[in-house]
Amino acid sequence: MLRKKECVAMLLAGGQGSRLYALTNNIAKPAVAFGAKYRIIDFPLSNCINSGIDTVGVLTQYEPLELNEYIGNGQPWDLDRAFGGVHILSPYQGKKKQSWFEGTANAIYQNLGFMKKYNPDYVLILSGDHIYKMNYAAMLRAHKETGADCTIAAIEVPLKEASRFGILNTNPDGSIYQFEEKPKVPKSNLASMGIYIFTAEKLYKYLEADDANPNSSKDFGKDVLPAMLNAGERMFSYRFKGYWKDVGTISSLWESNMDLLGDAPSFDVGDADWKIHSRNPLAPPEYIGEEAVVKNSMIALGCEVEGTVVNSVLASNVVVERGATVRDAVIMAGTVVKTGAVVEYSIVDENVVIGDGATVGEGKGAGAGIAVLGRNITIAAGAKVKGGEILDKDYKGE
Amino acid sequence: MAHSTVGVIFSNIHDENIPELSRHRTMASVPFGGRYRLIDFALSNMVNSGITTVGIVTKNNYQSLIDHLGSGKEWDLARKDGGIILLPPYSDETDRPYTTRLEALMSITGFLNHRREDYVVVSDCDGISHMDIADIVRFHEEKGADITMVYHDETKPCESSYFITLEPDPATGRIRGLKINPKDLKNGCGYHLYVNVMVMRREFLINTIQDAVTRGFSSFGRDILAKNVDTLKIYGYAFEGFYAGVNSMQDYYEHSMQLLDKAVRDEIFGNRDIYTKVRDSAPSKYLDGAYVANSLISDGCVVEGTVENCILFRGVKVGKGSVVKNSIIMQDTVIGENVTLDCVITDKNVVIRDRHSLAGCPELPYFISKGRML
Repeated sequence: MLRKKECVAMLLAGGQGSRLYALTNNIAKPAVAFGAKYRIIDFPLSNCINSGIDTVGVLTQYEPLELNEYIGNGQPWDLDRAFGGVHILSPYQGKKKQSWFEGTANAIYQNLGFMKKYNPDYVLILSGDHIYKMNYAAMLRAHKETGADCTIAAIEVPLKEASRFGILNTNPDGSIYQFEEKPKVPKSNLASMGIYIFTAEKLYKYLEADDANPNSSKDFGKDVLPAMLNAGERMFSYRFKGYWKDVGTISSLWESNMDLLGDAPSFDVGDADWKIHSRNPLAPPEYIGEEAVVKNSMIALGCEVEGTVVNSVLASNVVVERGATVRDAVIMAGTVVKTGAVVEYSIVDENVVIGDGATVGEGKGAGAGIAVLGRNITIAAGAKVKGGEILDKDYKGE
Repeated sequence: MAHSTVGVIFSNIHDENIPELSRHRTMASVPFGGRYRLIDFALSNMVNSGITTVGIVTKNNYQSLIDHLGSGKEWDLARKDGGIILLPPYSDETDRPYTTRLEALMSITGFLNHRREDYVVVSDCDGISHMDIADIVRFHEEKGADITMVYHDETKPCESSYFITLEPDPATGRIRGLKINPKDLKNGCGYHLYVNVMVMRREFLINTIQDAVTRGFSSFGRDILAKNVDTLKIYGYAFEGFYAGVNSMQDYYEHSMQLLDKAVRDEIFGNRDIYTKVRDSAPSKYLDGAYVANSLISDGCVVEGTVENCILFRGVKVGKGSVVKNSIIMQDTVIGENVTLDCVITDKNVVIRDRHSLAGCPELPYFISKGRML
């Protein structure tokens, strides 16, 4: 076998995702459950394997246990390979120094050894907090055709939101003449998706220079990309048209789950030509009971539904008892909604027990925000959790 | 203890019970319960009892079985030592493939000789149950038995073309009588049906097979069990849990529908895993027009119509305005709009176009074979 890979992917999965509050108390953001059976990291990993990239380094730092366990040997994504495959890369102690990953660029810099082992021509940098389907092979082709040193995937965003992103200002041929990280007055609405392809030698060179620069914050967007542009390297944008959502906030995570529903969903996870691979729950088919009402919802294996489920996403082994109602909600694996309880406009994490007659959240139209329940907690019978409230401990009511 | 037990599963025996479903596949790979094949239950019972090596005896039509089993990793049986070992028929120019269980056992003596486990559990794929194999081996040891045969009490005559009933001593469990295909079974009269699971010492089985070869025996049931019921120490292990034997299409339908009963589901699926091949389907989707009651729905389904008292396998589509009742709809079947189905079993990849109406009855469900388009 050729002891070389054309392209190695490096997936930044160390982020805490602090804006997901109780949902990331004990797990890294890429391990957060999504779409009834997936986790956020399934999307970049599936994109890799579907794009023919079979060597992926996953850089972890914050609460890596569950993420590491989920990825395991990579077999669910067909990434258990004799040469290549998926590898967890955690911060390590070295002979000269020991340190945490200090920024996105530093995390990659500390793992140059991993990349070089595969002697790649190109390195693909990914992040683990977006929901999208993208053919990285097409992006790599564009990178080669333009002869770029760095290609940045970009998507048009509404101009009023553009100041939340890294914005690319480009020439008509797609080459980038300016890179602005979260500009107050954006010149364009072309946002960086945090997906980069580098020609490997250039990446190594600029990472080493960045490491030697004491004034650098060791970040791709803030330091490495501007440094390359200033030095006159060839940098191109790669236009992506399709569904792409940052699920870094409670509301965007909720919306993205809702985007899966309906006859013609804005994001289709059932696309046979671009399968989303994941670790599958070992559970029997879901049971929908005699008196159940299930409308416009997605339900995973092992659920037992005797109550009403409308506009909701239920992960595996969720129980909705008789007379209970789940509406406009995302419920993660193993949660039990007991008789007569009502869950509205909420995200409920794994293995929560919502007691008889309890209410969680307020109707979507009520104006309160999304209620969030962290994992493994119990809401006492009859207790009321207000809309927009975030709980990570047992709750008995007021 | 169970580490020291090797499993042998016969994938083809009983194919004739449900010829409609086993025409293109082994009994082992007959789909059941929404996302399983019959072999998943026998294999999961073994794996959950700590068995790590299972030889699977095949004869014909075993492509779908090989496809289902793959490397065995879904059952945690992709092992360096042991794991799933397929035992296809072996024949040289003068031989023909086996026709009886005994001949099949003769053809796998190489496999049995190579193993090191003390015990062998031999199982067919015609039953759905949650059985603790380790407990049967323990019983076998305690009794100092030569052969332990597992039985289940039945009241309905068995429809299989080949079955064995046992007469165990109520006090000791020792088998005092053994009948092959008895004709005198009547509805409502209880009897002890052998459920095609037996335990022996591996050495005992090897010696028995060799002895049978020299004497020119051909039937395990007739020549070994029935003839030696007085001389061999044959014990009956009473299995008291839920047992569903698939001996006819009617059985298949009836037992499938029993899964809609929570008590049955809890016994079969509760507190343990039934392993099966995964296919990365998306979770099932219920659209606005969906009305679903008392049904099991598998991953990858899209439901837009009415589904009542049904089992939907993976990837089934039920179109707008369609009403599907009391039916078993297998993998990737597409039901168009305004279709009416009642007591129908569709095999895989059936297409039922708009406005068709089909009905059977519980005693004789209407069967549509694999890949048909109506």
